[in-house]
Amino acid sequence: MTAVLDVRNLETRFSTPDGMVSAVNTISFTLNAGETLGVVGESGSGKTQVFMSVMGLLARNGHCTGEALFQGDNLLTMPKKKLNTIRGSRMAMIFQDPMTSLNPYLSVARQMTEVLVEHKGMTTHDARRHAITMLDRVGIPEAARRIDMYPHEFSGGMRQRVMIAMSLLCSPELLIADEPTTALDVTVQAQILDLLNDLKRDFNTAIVMITHDLGVVAGLCDRVMVMYGGRVAETGSVKDIFYAPRHPYTKGLLQSMPRLDGDAGSSLYAIPGQPPNLQNLPKGCAFHDRCAVRSDRCRDIPPALLDYGNGRMAACHHEEAAR
Amino acid sequence: MSAEPILKVRDLRVHFEIPGKGLFGKPSLLKAVDGVDFDLRAGETLGIVGESGCGKSTLGRAVLQLIEPTAGQVVWLGRDIAGLRSAAMRPLRKSLQIIFQDPLASLNPRMTIGEIIAEPLVTHRADLGKEEIRKRVQDMMANVGLLPQMINRYPHEFSGGQCQRIGIARAMILEPKLIVCDEPVSALDVSIQAQIVNLLQDLQRRFGLSLMFISHDLSVVRHISHRIMVLYLGKVMEIADRDSIYARPHHPYTRALISAVPIPDPEKERAKERLIISGDLPSPINPPSGCVFRTRCPFAQERCTQEEPKRRTIADGHELACHFDGPGL
Repeated sequence: MTAVLDVRNLETRFSTPDGMVSAVNTISFTLNAGETLGVVGESGSGKTQVFMSVMGLLARNGHCTGEALFQGDNLLTMPKKKLNTIRGSRMAMIFQDPMTSLNPYLSVARQMTEVLVEHKGMTTHDARRHAITMLDRVGIPEAARRIDMYPHEFSGGMRQRVMIAMSLLCSPELLIADEPTTALDVTVQAQILDLLNDLKRDFNTAIVMITHDLGVVAGLCDRVMVMYGGRVAETGSVKDIFYAPRHPYTKGLLQSMPRLDGDAGSSLYAIPGQPPNLQNLPKGCAFHDRCAVRSDRCRDIPPALLDYGNGRMAACHHEEAAR
Repeated sequence: MSAEPILKVRDLRVHFEIPGKGLFGKPSLLKAVDGVDFDLRAGETLGIVGESGCGKSTLGRAVLQLIEPTAGQVVWLGRDIAGLRSAAMRPLRKSLQIIFQDPLASLNPRMTIGEIIAEPLVTHRADLGKEEIRKRVQDMMANVGLLPQMINRYPHEFSGGQCQRIGIARAMILEPKLIVCDEPVSALDVSIQAQIVNLLQDLQRRFGLSLMFISHDLSVVRHISHRIMVLYLGKVMEIADRDSIYARPHHPYTRALISAVPIPDPEKERAKERLIISGDLPSPINPPSGCVFRTRCPFAQERCTQEEPKRRTIADGHELACHFDGPGL
């Protein structure tokens, strides 16, 4: 399989008035064509900033080093002009809040055709026809009429469908979805996840699903990367992660979720303490002060991300104990 | 749990008037809560679930008289408090408290957390001296898992989970009998969410609290509630004991809600049978005729458009508002 995205030693820092914030700390991973990768972590784990770095969308005070190879070209050092021919056309990103990513002053038709005219050189007429087909494809009823509506005239779920349709217009090889269903009701979330599953099958698009919800990952993803404190805690196939987690954080996360198929009424397992402060990361393992199997080594030495074969990697000094 | 309910809500309605368009437009009526009945016993948790816009937060506020109900009764310890003036409500507020979804936004940034937690005491317990108030605040901080020496810090110095603990301490300081929890863990990370859910359960056991737990997250609601009420467009679709409703949901909407919750287990999640309902919640200003759910119901029939289903008891403590008893079940 060929890698659509190959990220090597990515580091992202933000300089703030309060000092340097290390959001992403030496992260490497690959994503193959047609594969769906779930990126799981709590707020502040760096999961979004990895992909903001890859897309060249970092805030002005952000700086990243390392490599992010998209079909062999390094996105991080590419001139902006070239990057703009790739973004929105060969790779696309959708966000949690569709209202803030759509321009409220422009009709959906205008926003959608613009992409096609810009990237594919289509005529407005053809672009409009293609846009209607795509809206229809993502399940927007009466697409031909609704394409002339403005974003505020759509409901939250419909807006997210518009965003997905827009991101798929140029048949991208890579779609990055950052918490696309977090703001939606469960019933609508189920509709959107169904849609993503269909698209995965029909378009063979590589998808990155950034989420804090392990349930969403379970239904959609082939592989999972768990992040903590700006580092990779572990990666593996979806079954490895759910049935045989190797990192105590993953294990704790799975146990702390109230689940519909679990025991009700009993007390939940809660990971003690708070997520680490990225301004002042501990010297050793970022998780050590919340970890049940920690030792002195964890406090002083950051665990290396060890390769266990078959894309299975974990960063823990006490991996056997966690299993 | 005692048998006699401490709270009885009967046919509660909250209607908002929406101004019409233009100068001569006819105002329309938004029925946020439309005929809700339920009982709550001491030490019991009632989970209230539904999609955004179903009226669950309005219901919580109407019970506490933070929004004046349009009609119906809210019988608190034998006395109807619906529509009471704020002066008459004041002595009752000691036993009726609320915690909110956004923990930081519900705390005054200019007050220390000691002042925030003490405020209800200062308002309601003028008889207490400064020392006694400080002692009670510190005891309560310890109860909710905050270090008592943090008493002089400000809300922004705390994380989301800790701010929610402060909100809980403020609600608990007057030793209330009922707390309305309006999406208290929705803004928190999973690992922190578990801490707060455990804290609420622990406080409930220790102090015999009753909780109205409003949430859109059915897994959390199942975990914490004894009984569960499903709302749709301001109406009760189904109400039952926790185990009964999750094991045998009768209303198609309840079934759809439960089947839409992703299970964090790849094999179960991919194999499970799902009932996906299409579309979004209709506008509450112009709700469908007959059964309000019929526009999204996969089993809707002619009768559903004409006749509103009456709530009926189908098993002990299990009530359902559907003409059919779970078609296809």
